[in-house]
Formats: sequence, C-alpha cells, structure tokens
Amino acid sequence: MSKAKEYSTVTSIAGPLLMVEHTAGIKYDEIAEIILKNGEVRHGRVLEINQDKALIQLFEGSMGLNLADSRVRFLGKSLELGVSLDMLGRIFNGLGHPIDKGPDIIPESKLDINGLSINPCARDYPNEFIQTGISAIDGMTTLVRGQKLPIFSAAGLPHNELAAQIARQAKVLGQEEQFAVVFGAMGITFEEADYFITDFKKTGAIERAVLFMNLADDPAIERIATPRMALTCAEYLAFEKGMHVLVILTDMTNYCEALRQISAARKEIPGRRGYPGYMYTDLATIYERAGRIIGQKGSITQFPILTMPEDDKTHPIPDLTGYITEGQVILSRELHRRSIYPPIDILPSLSRLKEKGIGENKTRGDHGSVTSQIFSSYARGKEVKELAVILGEAALTETDKIYARFSDDLEATFISQKEDDERSIADTLDLCWKLLLLFPRNELKRIKDADIEKYYLKGQQFEDK
Amino acid sequence: MNGGKIVKVSGPLVIASDLTEVKMYDVVKVGLPQLIGEVIGLDGNTAFIQVYEETSGVGPEEPVISTGEPLSVELGPGLIGGIYDGIQRPLTVIQQMSGNWIARGIDIPKLDRKKKWTFKAKVSKGDQVVTGDIIGTVQETELVEQKIMVPPGLAGEVTMIKSGDFSVEEVVCQLKQDGQSADIKMAQRWPVRKMRPVKEKLPPVEPLVTGQRVIDTFFPVAKGGTACIPGPFGSGKTVVQHQLAKWADAQIIVYVGCGERGNEMTDVLMEFPQLKDPRSGEPLIKRTVLIANTSNMPVSAREASVYTGITIAEYFRDMGYTVALMADSTSRWAEALREMSGRLEEMPGEEGYPAYLSMRLAEFYERAGKVKCACSEDREGSLSVVGAVSPPGGDLSDPVVQSTLRVVKVFWSLDDKLAYMRHFPAINWLSSYSLYLDNISDYLGKRISPDFLALRREAIKLLQDEASLEEIVRLVGVESLSPNDRLTLATAKSLREDFLHQMAFDPEDTYTSLQKQHLLLKLIMHFHHLAKAAVSRKLNLDEILKYKVREKIAKAKYIPENNLKIFNELLNEIENVFKAV
Repeated sequence: MSKAKEYSTVTSIAGPLLMVEHTAGIKYDEIAEIILKNGEVRHGRVLEINQDKALIQLFEGSMGLNLADSRVRFLGKSLELGVSLDMLGRIFNGLGHPIDKGPDIIPESKLDINGLSINPCARDYPNEFIQTGISAIDGMTTLVRGQKLPIFSAAGLPHNELAAQIARQAKVLGQEEQFAVVFGAMGITFEEADYFITDFKKTGAIERAVLFMNLADDPAIERIATPRMALTCAEYLAFEKGMHVLVILTDMTNYCEALRQISAARKEIPGRRGYPGYMYTDLATIYERAGRIIGQKGSITQFPILTMPEDDKTHPIPDLTGYITEGQVILSRELHRRSIYPPIDILPSLSRLKEKGIGENKTRGDHGSVTSQIFSSYARGKEVKELAVILGEAALTETDKIYARFSDDLEATFISQKEDDERSIADTLDLCWKLLLLFPRNELKRIKDADIEKYYLKGQQFEDK
Repeated sequence: MNGGKIVKVSGPLVIASDLTEVKMYDVVKVGLPQLIGEVIGLDGNTAFIQVYEETSGVGPEEPVISTGEPLSVELGPGLIGGIYDGIQRPLTVIQQMSGNWIARGIDIPKLDRKKKWTFKAKVSKGDQVVTGDIIGTVQETELVEQKIMVPPGLAGEVTMIKSGDFSVEEVVCQLKQDGQSADIKMAQRWPVRKMRPVKEKLPPVEPLVTGQRVIDTFFPVAKGGTACIPGPFGSGKTVVQHQLAKWADAQIIVYVGCGERGNEMTDVLMEFPQLKDPRSGEPLIKRTVLIANTSNMPVSAREASVYTGITIAEYFRDMGYTVALMADSTSRWAEALREMSGRLEEMPGEEGYPAYLSMRLAEFYERAGKVKCACSEDREGSLSVVGAVSPPGGDLSDPVVQSTLRVVKVFWSLDDKLAYMRHFPAINWLSSYSLYLDNISDYLGKRISPDFLALRREAIKLLQDEASLEEIVRLVGVESLSPNDRLTLATAKSLREDFLHQMAFDPEDTYTSLQKQHLLLKLIMHFHHLAKAAVSRKLNLDEILKYKVREKIAKAKYIPENNLKIFNELLNEIENVFKAV
C-alpha cells in the first residue's frame, strides 16, 4: 500500500465536504489526502461511502480546491498521531504538526486518534482528591483524579485565568508523582493562546505540558480532530508512561459549532438549535476518555471549558456536556461584576465524585458535613438577600440577618482569592468553620455533634488566635 | 445462512444488497471484522442494518452474512452478578480477551459454557409439563435460586430427567409431545423485542419498598408498577436510581446503564459487592444483573440494551420473583432511535424524534406488571420498571418525558432548585405524583398503620399550604402571618428537613423501613397537632418552637432500625412537654 491509487474524479465540493466518485475498496472513516494543483496536501476523512462514491470531510477547508485538478489519495487508515515523550514541552497545531519551530517528533508509536472505549470493568473508580488550591473548588466541588469536570463560563469571564491557575497548582496530597498537562485549544484567539503559552513558560509548567493549538483563524473543521489529538497524547502519557495527566480543552463551544457546520453541509435533520442529533454521542467520545484503569498508574483528568451562549445553561452545548461530565463548575457574571475572583457560583456547581474523594484519610473527616452546611446556609442566605431587596433590611428577623451576613462573608473571604493564592484543604475547611461560627448551634442542622466537638471547638481556638 | 454485500456505510447504518431470505430484525454479521448488526429495514434488494459496533474500516463490497435469527438473549444460570454490554456480551470476558479497551468483532458466548451448575430435578419421568413449568433448580448465588423452566412453546411428557453437575449447554431433560421429542437445556434463548408470554396480568397491590422516605411515604411505586424520574443534569437521577437498586425490596435487580457515564457503572461494580442487602445480609451483587452501555460505546447497542435488560428481567419474573429494572437513562435510548431514524432519512416527528417514539416507549413500559406466570401451577411474579429521563435543559415538554408520562403511573419530578440547596433526594413534593395509592392503601393500612395515609395526606397539605404562604411572606413578611400559619411554616420546614431530606451517603439515613417512616412522620405531625392545640389556647408560638424536644425530632431519622422503641419514648415526651404548660 505504499503507492496508493490517486483519484482525479472529484465531482463536487460543498463547504467542508468533497465527493469523489468511481472509487473502489474505500473504507468508512479512513483518511484521505487531497493533492492540490500546486502540490499542497490537505487531509480529509471519509464520512460516508455509498457504492463507488465517497464523501470526504476536509480538515483544512476547501479554499483553493477545484474539481478538475484535485487528486485524492486514500491512506487505508484512520487519522493517527505519532506519540513520543519528546512531545512534552512542545506546541503543535490542531492536527498534531509542530508549530514551535522545533524539530519533528520521532514517534515511538502511531495511535488512532479515535481511541477505543474503556471497558467499564477495567475502570478504576476515581477517588483520589486533587488539591487545586482554590477554596471554592476544593471545598465545594471537589475534583478527583480521573474526573471530567467542565467549566461553564461565558463571554468576558475569567475562565482562562482559572484554568491556568488550576494547571499551575493542581496536585495530589502527599505524593510526588509524574504530572503532565495536555492543552487542547479549539478556535481560541491568538491573545488567549498567547496568555496560556506565556503563563506556562513563566511558571515553568511548559516543561511538562503538550499544547495543541487550533486558533480562531485556523480551519474550523480541523477542530474536530484537535480534542482527539490532545486526548490520544494524554492516553499515551497516562496509560503507557504512567503519568497523571490533566487535559484542558478550550473552547468546546467552538468544537460543537464545527460539528454543526459539517452536519449542515451534509443536510442532516437538525436537532435543537441546529446542532446534530448525535452531538451527545460525539461529545461523549471525547469526555468519556477521562478516567483511571485498574492496575495502571496513570490517570486522565479533564477540564473542558465552554462558553455558554447568552449565559444560558440550557443551551444544547452546556446541557449535553452536563449530562456526560461528572459535575460542572459554573462561573457567574454577577460575582464577576462585583470583582470576585474566581467568580464560581457554588450553588449550581457540582462535583459528582466529591463524596468519594473526601473525608477521613483523604481530606478531613468534617469535609462532607461542613460543606453540606455551607451549601444550605448559603442558599438560605441568598434567599434572605432577595427578600431584603423586596421588603428592605428592616423586615428581616435577627436570624435572617445572620444568614445575609454569612453569604456576604462567604463570597468575600471564601470564594474570593487571588490568582497566586494557593490554599491547602485544611485552610479551606478552617475557613468554613470560621464562617459558620456566625450561627448559633441549632441553625447548623447538617453537622453532627461529634464533628462539632472535634472541629468547631478547634475552629474557636482558631478564632481566638 | 446466506450472504450479501455492503453497498453503503454511514456511521452505524450499513446498507447491504443481495441478502436473500433475510427477515426484519434478523441479526447479521457485517463486513470483514464480522461486526454484529440487526436488520431494521428492507427495500427491494437492499437491507438497512444498524450495526452494534464502530464501523470504521468497513467499506462497500465487503460481505454480510445473515444468521437467520432475531437478536436474542441467553437465559440460564450465570446471569446474576454479571456485567454485560448492550447485546449481552459479558464485559469481563471481553476484558480477558481484548484488555482494558473494548475491541470490535468479538463473538463470545453470552453465558459461560464451561462452568458446571448443580441441577436438582423437580419433576420425574412420566410427568406432564407445559411451558413455564419448573423442571429443576440451580442455586446460583446465596440469594437466588434459578428455576429452570420449560421454554416457551414446549410441552409434553417427561421422558428423561437427570440431576447432577451440568453446563448450560448439556441436555438435562427430554420431553415427548405428539410423538416428537424435544431436548431441554438449562439455557434458553428468547428474542429481546418480544414480551415473554404470561398467563394473565394482575393489578399491582403491594408497594415496592425502597427505603427512601419521599418515595415510600409520599409517592410510592407498586410491585409491578412503572415510574419515571425526569430531571435536569445534576439533580440526582443517578443517585436515586442507585438507591433504588440498592434498597428496593425486590429479589432481583436488573440495572441498565444506557448511554451514561462509565465511572457510574464502575461505581456500581465496586460498591455492590461491598453493600449488604438489609434483609438477607448478603452482598447486593448477588441479586443484581448489570447491563452497561456507556455513552462512548456504539449508539445502536444502546438501543438494544434496554430490551436486553427487560428480557432478562422477564425471565426472572417468570420464575415467580419480584424483579425491579432500572433504566438510566431512557433519553439516551430515544436519542439512539432518533439517530438511526435520521440516518434512515425517515420523516421526523417532534424535535427530530421518530414518529413511533411514543409507541416504542409505551411498548417498553407495558412489559412491566404483576403477572400470573405462564405455567400449570399458581405462580405470581412481578416486574417493576423505573426509567430515568434526561430532558434537554430540564424542560418537561420534551417529547421523551411527555410520551413517558402518558404510560407510567408514578412521576418523581426532580428539581434542580432543591439540588442546589443540597436537598436530596431532590424530588419535588408539589409536582410529583403516584397513581398507586389506591392500589396499596389496603396493604399500608393493614401492615403498617391505619393512620398512615391520613398522616401522609395531612403532611402533603401542609407542604402545599407552605408554598402558598411563602408567596405572602415574600410580599408582606413573616410577621404579618397568624400564629397558625407560622406553625404551618415551621412544621412544613420540619417535614422538609427532618423527613424528606435523606442522605444517601449516611450509613443510617440511607435506608428507612416503612415502620420507621411511619413513626418519623407521626412524630412530626404529633408535635404539630399538639402545638396547634396549644396555639388555640393562646400559648406563645415562639416559645413552643424553642422546645428542646424539637431538636430530638430533627435527629430522629438517625435512630437505628433495631431500636424503634425510642420513637414511643419521644412521642410520650412530646405529650408531657405540652401537658406541662
């Protein structure tokens, strides 16, 4: 198969799709190379094959292609990524070619970027706490190794700063292990990309990072491959080299739009808001590639970032993402306006794996009940403050006033922290107790007596100092 | 066996030509990797095939072979404690064969062929048996005795029967009917899309006790009933489903993870062997069958997974067991239908779903029920079905929710506002309903307490009053309410926090027996009644609400199941407190 047959029978090009006729022996999902008149080579993937007609999705766009002179060569394999340890510290484009002027990678092996699904029997349950140093995440939406926890953000909110801070600070307590960051950028601007690269270089994180960059002016269709490139690299590092890999994917909204573009070009029946009906399945093939495997040292933890159009959580992209991922961290415009960084809205944020990653021997025995109390008190506090807006402060009962004060304090001291502020989990929980000291005992229904004995009194001493 | 060839490949849809004699829903082997597929449409010389595995690398001209049989499951010893994919391939065996990742084209027996089971014959030579009659038993786990039944369609005189250790493929019994002899093995096959025969369907009259207070007391489901849990993401559908799978008083649990997270199935796999059944003390896994088709596994197998699950459940129902099936989530199943329908270029109905969506859902839920099993003796079994629905954006006007609500009798409405307050289970007490109350009122009245349903009615009314009072409070403040109304608010709060709120992760709170649920509700309502009387005697409500005994009520849910007499002491204490003033 070294010299594959070249077809010059391109019969139509529409948007990112190209049709070749009179083909033989073509397989579904294989990769094609399209050779332009000037010798330029582009890549595509077989989307559908009907008798002797192959429909190809172009990764680099159709600009400059014509019917007469384009030649198509089928490679008989799926899109692959050559992987090697030398990838650490390097920057690639969305299709896995180096763009940092460094040497080419000599691959140790070539892997199909679509991957295979992990057998549910082989999965190991994620239960090791990852400390991000950010109170709102560590305390309330605890991250564990092997989890996929997206950030639901919106235009103009500091999700990049938050992602960079997490990439810098994330660590597993009491262990020194090989840690790597794989960064997949889809359709982000040069400035955003530059922010990450500069930040990674400044803090030295670049040494243990692999970056895949598809920028806003790169072909949109290439974005379909970018997250899969990043995850293939992550799987190699995690399950072949035993590293703990944090994968940051930004911005999934751009990815979904590329998906919609192809679907529209194929004239498929659209689902909600024009997104294809199979978007759930497609997103699942990305997000489900997080996890741990029994008997393997490494792990893949995913932090996808998406911007919610119009801050709408029910938009298909955040909605379908939320159904697949194990929780979500939601950023709030209201908190951001009040200059609270990170503007994490802790009430709708959630980590489904929290219960497994906290408690005695993992974080601390009081973690569960204390944060449950904070959630419920903060929810009440927010309600009280709404009431105060309607009726005025004077109408609040004494207890209600404590709740109002509590929610202000929580936002100002617990949620809010500096970009270079790294808080240990003990600090975060002590901070919780300090805030809960505002309340009389009978308002703390979610906390057991034993924990009061052990930690509330401790909190009191903390206060006295 | 006859072969055709592939014409077109488009994702999970493959079109093949020249498949002669192929029937609708026949299983076919597609292409060189021999992927498993099912015929879902025929048009002249072409057959439309949905393929249960990833189709990359398959192309035109490759062969397609029909097996001539519809998609079937194998039913027999070895099912319990197993984990299978959507078409009943054991995932543990796949792991041994292909490692940590699921490879394609693996064709393996669904039940272990080598393992020997100890078969005890229950009939003797010369007996007349009909379909469904038990010819022998196999003690499969400590909790489950498999009853080997005469497969549907067979009947006659027993000409041979033997006890001993056999594999599922060995003949253990022979029948003679109309001069023809038929072999019976321990394993039988049944097509998944067809309901297994029953003698008669019966109305459900017993509650399925789940140990979840909001469910059992407020919105109970009957044994043989159907329920659905729709809710937006993060509202706790899966936790509720897991709680039901753990604590429901069914003898067999079939859990179908349909298009959901891989880690959730791992959670079940790791947790169930550790958890003890509250009734028998044996690990829960010994009564559980798991079907896992996670969201990244092929779409069309997701469609098959719910049928595979319910057919296995029906098989155990036919033995006379109480079976409960949990499907999480039926929306993913509907989406798989939609995806195939789109690729078949069918005319879409609502939201792109095929027009036959509600018919398929109704057919599925109708397979639940309490039945007289098809056999010569008097045997009853029941199959309850609980389906989670994941509507986009939590919007209940979603076609899957609406079609489901038309067929199920219990609706547990999950509310994300409650989830944000970490009130779990986040089942909204105002919008949920159960239509089984009349059916099971006799049972509750006789077995638990005659005042159970009255207490429930009163409690629900208080919660409804609370909702309307809160509107007023929002406008004019709590001070302007009468003491009676404020007492309503206080009791409703107590109901919410001390009764409805239940921590799945707390070892004592995770399961509450019906007796304890009744006592707990009685405790709260008893205080309410006495407080109401006291208020009418012009006692100060604020003083009443400060009584220490209220703190004890708040903690009553942590009273251990084996020490329920504490409740009587508490009830007396409440009386004494009020007598004292």
